[in-house]
Amino acid sequence: MANTSGKAITEMVIIKEKEKRRSFWKVFKRQKTLYMMSLPFVVWVFIFNYLPVWGWTMAFQNFRPGKSFFEQEWVGLEHFITLFTDERFFMALRNTLAMSLMGLVVGFTVPILFAVLINEVRHSFFKRTVQTVTYLPHFVSWVVVAGIVTKMLSIDGGIVNDLLLRLGVIEKPFQFMAQETWFWGIVTVSDLWKEMGWNAIIFLAAIAGLDPQLYEAAKVDGAGRLRRIWHVTLPGIRPTILVVLILNIGHLVSIGFEKQMLLGNSLVLDYSEVLDLYALNYGIGLGQFSYGTAIGIFNSVVSIILLFLANGIFKRFSNQSVM
Amino acid sequence: MVTKKKLMDSMMKERVFDIINCLFLIIVMVVTLYPFLNVLAISLNESTDTVRGGIYVWPREFTLNNYLEIMKYDNLVTGFINSVLRTVIGTILGVFAQAMVAFTLSRADFQGRKFVSTFLVLTMYFSGGLIPGYMLIRDLGLMNSFWVYILPGLVSAFNIIIIRSFMDGLPFSLQESAKMDGANDFTIFYRIILPLCKPVLATIALFVAVGQWNSWFDTYLFNSMNENLTTLQYELMKILDNTSMGGNVDANQMRPNEQQQNQVSPESIKMAITMVTVIPIMLVYPFVQRYFIQGMTLGAVKQ
Repeated sequence: MANTSGKAITEMVIIKEKEKRRSFWKVFKRQKTLYMMSLPFVVWVFIFNYLPVWGWTMAFQNFRPGKSFFEQEWVGLEHFITLFTDERFFMALRNTLAMSLMGLVVGFTVPILFAVLINEVRHSFFKRTVQTVTYLPHFVSWVVVAGIVTKMLSIDGGIVNDLLLRLGVIEKPFQFMAQETWFWGIVTVSDLWKEMGWNAIIFLAAIAGLDPQLYEAAKVDGAGRLRRIWHVTLPGIRPTILVVLILNIGHLVSIGFEKQMLLGNSLVLDYSEVLDLYALNYGIGLGQFSYGTAIGIFNSVVSIILLFLANGIFKRFSNQSVM
Repeated sequence: MVTKKKLMDSMMKERVFDIINCLFLIIVMVVTLYPFLNVLAISLNESTDTVRGGIYVWPREFTLNNYLEIMKYDNLVTGFINSVLRTVIGTILGVFAQAMVAFTLSRADFQGRKFVSTFLVLTMYFSGGLIPGYMLIRDLGLMNSFWVYILPGLVSAFNIIIIRSFMDGLPFSLQESAKMDGANDFTIFYRIILPLCKPVLATIALFVAVGQWNSWFDTYLFNSMNENLTTLQYELMKILDNTSMGGNVDANQMRPNEQQQNQVSPESIKMAITMVTVIPIMLVYPFVQRYFIQGMTLGAVKQ
């Protein structure tokens, strides 16, 4: 008896599953236009975003182009061992971390300050003008920005040298772009010049969302401008500040290479080569595809670890998660 | 009496704060604008005179010759045409594709929704990296082809999410009535939803267009062998030549090359080319700033 009912139940489950499958195809047929509108792009994304991850296998082979996957020679972790014994790798790692940390500290705090100051302007035309002007560099390419920075810092006719000479700070023109030790700073300041206004937008939006009554109350209590900024504005946008901070930490290692590549030159190479450039030089410049891929994997793994770490810390502090 | 004095005192303080703040912001504006004005002034100055230096925000010997001169550079003209083409084609195709996918994701009744959405969003958190990406493009035969500018970045998960969240705000009843009349889903998307999404599509289009106009690295990596496929930004990069990209590869060849470039293109010519790449953005920027900010705040909320 129990046996037959058990059988019946299994049969029912099978029938139900069949029905489900049938109804899946039924709905599929009915919604075929919707499928046709999205599935091609799923394939698209699979090709351009998912397939490259398969390329990570190259890091464990001595990849030779032209050979099929099964003919490649597998070498295990050999490339990673070479990587961790290469002096240039640690140099690139140092440069990446240094520039991303400087970028994080400066590129994160200054826009907050800038947003607060813009918010304190009462004259609305002036306020809008400041915003329009400072957002502009964001839309200009790094090629142009690198050109501009080089021009401004150049020894013949660069405004920075001109000003310093006139003020008597220096006696003869200073070659900024040729100084190894100045490179990190130049990258950080260029980035700040390009993105400060733009990065302030998100904080300005957050400030605009604050309750004006808070300011009124603070005013009644006799709080001056600075006190209102400190006790009302900044605590009010704290959640936004935290989210942006976490996201920036997640991007710490993947800072890209555009600025370093465009601003750098052979004189400052030891301070300008970041991990991505190192991968590019070996992987494509020298044709060592496997080695280049190993560098890329290291880069990805570190940034994922950092993102999770930052998110974990954030969760502990605010019971919120960004991811 | 005391309170009055206190009030005056605090008003003075507010004044001082305002003045310092305004001064600071004016300095920031000058620092932001000066380089552009300087580049413009030099580009409008007689190139032999520029060498004497001392050009700040106004040309000393005004001329348009530099601009006429750069029109003779074949690569620049080709680059300009290609940059315009990639911006126009890439923006139209990209926005259309992204809006279409966003539409299917905004349909609560679409049974593949969960799968498609997860599949797309995951791409925001990982990437194969530089070398595997390069190998893929090579294997697909996209090297030395115009389509390498358009195809790889066509479907952006981030943009799709922004468009979709806008579509979620539209009433579903619009679609239902159209369906009663026998319209299929593509017609509904094309005829009804797309026109209603104009604000968000304008924003996305601008982001895509600026990205297309400004990119140079794909040309450098995939199409640097083929002069017919060059882009304006890449040509500018070559002419400004601040790079030492090769590092170990061509560090030695850098120096003579740089000198050569300097001889071929005087300062004023370089600046004129810079202006040509910046002007299109400057021209549209004031009109579209509103959309950019909308997109930025929308994106920030979604993050």
